[in-house]
Amino acid sequence: MTDKTNSVEITLKNITKTFSDGTLALKPTDLTIKAEEILVLLGPSGCGKTTTLRLIAGLEFADSNGGSINFGDKNVTELPIEKRKVGMVFQSYALFPNMNVSENIVYGLKVRGIDTAVIDHKLAEMLKMFDLEKYAKRGVHQLSGGQRQRVALARAIITEPDVLLLDEPLSALDALLKARLRGDIRTLLKSLGITAVYVTHDQEEAMAMGDRIAVLDHGEIAQIGSAKEIYLQPKNAFVADFIGQMNRFEGNVIDAQLVLNTGKKIPLSSEALASSNANETLSMMLRPEDIRLTKVTDEQHALTGIVSSSVFLGDRTRVTLEKVQKEGKVIVDCFQRIEYPSGQIVALSFESKHLIPLQG
Amino acid sequence: MKNTRISLFLVLPAIIISFAFFLLPIVQLFKVSVVEGNGISYWNILTQPMYLKSLLSTVGLSTFVTFVSLVIATITGLFLTRYEFWGKQVLIAMLSFPLAFPGVVIGFFVIMLAGRQGLFAQIGLALVGERWMFAYSMAGLFLGYLYFSIPRVVLTVMGAAEKLDQNLIEAGRSLGASRWQIFCDVTVPTLRPGLISSGSICFATSMGAFGTAFTLATNINVLPMTIYTEFTLNANFAMAAALSLILGLVTWVCLGIAKRQGAASVGMGG
Repeated sequence: MTDKTNSVEITLKNITKTFSDGTLALKPTDLTIKAEEILVLLGPSGCGKTTTLRLIAGLEFADSNGGSINFGDKNVTELPIEKRKVGMVFQSYALFPNMNVSENIVYGLKVRGIDTAVIDHKLAEMLKMFDLEKYAKRGVHQLSGGQRQRVALARAIITEPDVLLLDEPLSALDALLKARLRGDIRTLLKSLGITAVYVTHDQEEAMAMGDRIAVLDHGEIAQIGSAKEIYLQPKNAFVADFIGQMNRFEGNVIDAQLVLNTGKKIPLSSEALASSNANETLSMMLRPEDIRLTKVTDEQHALTGIVSSSVFLGDRTRVTLEKVQKEGKVIVDCFQRIEYPSGQIVALSFESKHLIPLQG
Repeated sequence: MKNTRISLFLVLPAIIISFAFFLLPIVQLFKVSVVEGNGISYWNILTQPMYLKSLLSTVGLSTFVTFVSLVIATITGLFLTRYEFWGKQVLIAMLSFPLAFPGVVIGFFVIMLAGRQGLFAQIGLALVGERWMFAYSMAGLFLGYLYFSIPRVVLTVMGAAEKLDQNLIEAGRSLGASRWQIFCDVTVPTLRPGLISSGSICFATSMGAFGTAFTLATNINVLPMTIYTEFTLNANFAMAAALSLILGLVTWVCLGIAKRQGAASVGMGG
């Protein structure tokens, strides 16, 4: 079972989904998930991530506008879930309450009429792989959240599906277990070499799990790329704000600097200057961890702010600044153990290459 | 101490009522059935064809009514829970209508449908020139019982089906199970406690239904009718008392088993 399966590439071409009440859940979408890839669909609730997953699963069907879904060379657009050879793990685990752990795991083989000896062999393999041997005969309601989650995974992969679909499989668990299990799941998926689509609203989970992340917003893919690409080069304000914390500066380009509405100035990189015109209004984004603070006594420096609050978070101190711009605050993560009392004037410094120009 | 006294005082009406209307009559019935019947009433029930037939046909009819009600009502209940359509609320209201009617009225309905002047008779007359009548037979009784049993099960099934996690069905489908396999392996086990409890109520109601039987059972002996006849016409109090106790016992055992089974599957469902 741990041998690599024949994994397939998933291709969505011009897929649209409108619900019966007229809501456009997914705008025309093209998406390719490479064989053996783990793609994470990330976004807030109602962004269309679960709809996309259910369309790939065959639990929902796309609007009939000529769009298609392919698993490898096979067109599955019209096939219901039973015929698609997908494994699915649900947020609620959806374990059958009237069956014990073993019965749950082998259900997919049993309904296919597989030989009992083969079923027993595979079951033993699964129980060992997921460390469930002790619980084989237990009722599922006697298991902890983490154990249920493992049963759900075992049940989904025992049939050797072409594609594994996971719908927020960790969201019912506590933070510590979550962090451990996402590592385990990623290792498992990679060892199986299965193409997987993973839905979550948790950006940290998305970054830890996915080979690539597709950030969805209002029924369309806002950006797709590796965790690094999405974090460091967000294509728009939505992606920037959804993944991690982001500061935004708005001003006019004067003398190679961005002049804010307080008159304070930010030096721009040559790339940023090349793509902008003088006197143009420009928005730049900057991550809190890219800013360094220096305590100063007056506001004569190019870019200063006043500390309004600071919170110690263990590995860093999150400092909130006022009066950098007329509206809004600037958030800075400081990794040195320096106290910043409220009212303290600080100068901000950063490398201009860390500034991210905001488009759209 | 004072609280305990107040509690005792509060529970007194319940004790008096159960003594007056349950325990004493039962003891009295038992006494009558044994003493006045010279102890052979129970033996007679088992040996005399009239009584035995009455007992067996009542149990048989009730079992069959329960079974058919469960099948029809499960399908109807699942359908009504899963699909939204125009007029659904009216249909549900109509389905629960029979709960409001006394047995005599339901008996009357059956006569209107399958009696001498009934709908079936008219159709038969028009088609083949003879009246189709079955109101005053087992079939008529069956129809009447079915009519008041179905709503009891439908409403219970709907309640249980609404709680059925749709993800369970989707999980079954993702594992390649057919709709029939999912129905047997997932849906029915989830509905099981509700089916058992509403089924046992159907059975108990059918066993003891008198109004409908009184209207229709001119040619058939079901247990409540036999009790009535023995008591009022034959003044055979001993036999009436013995039959009453047997009827009560069968129903009570059935409800008891159902309660245990239902509770067991609720526990299993976690």
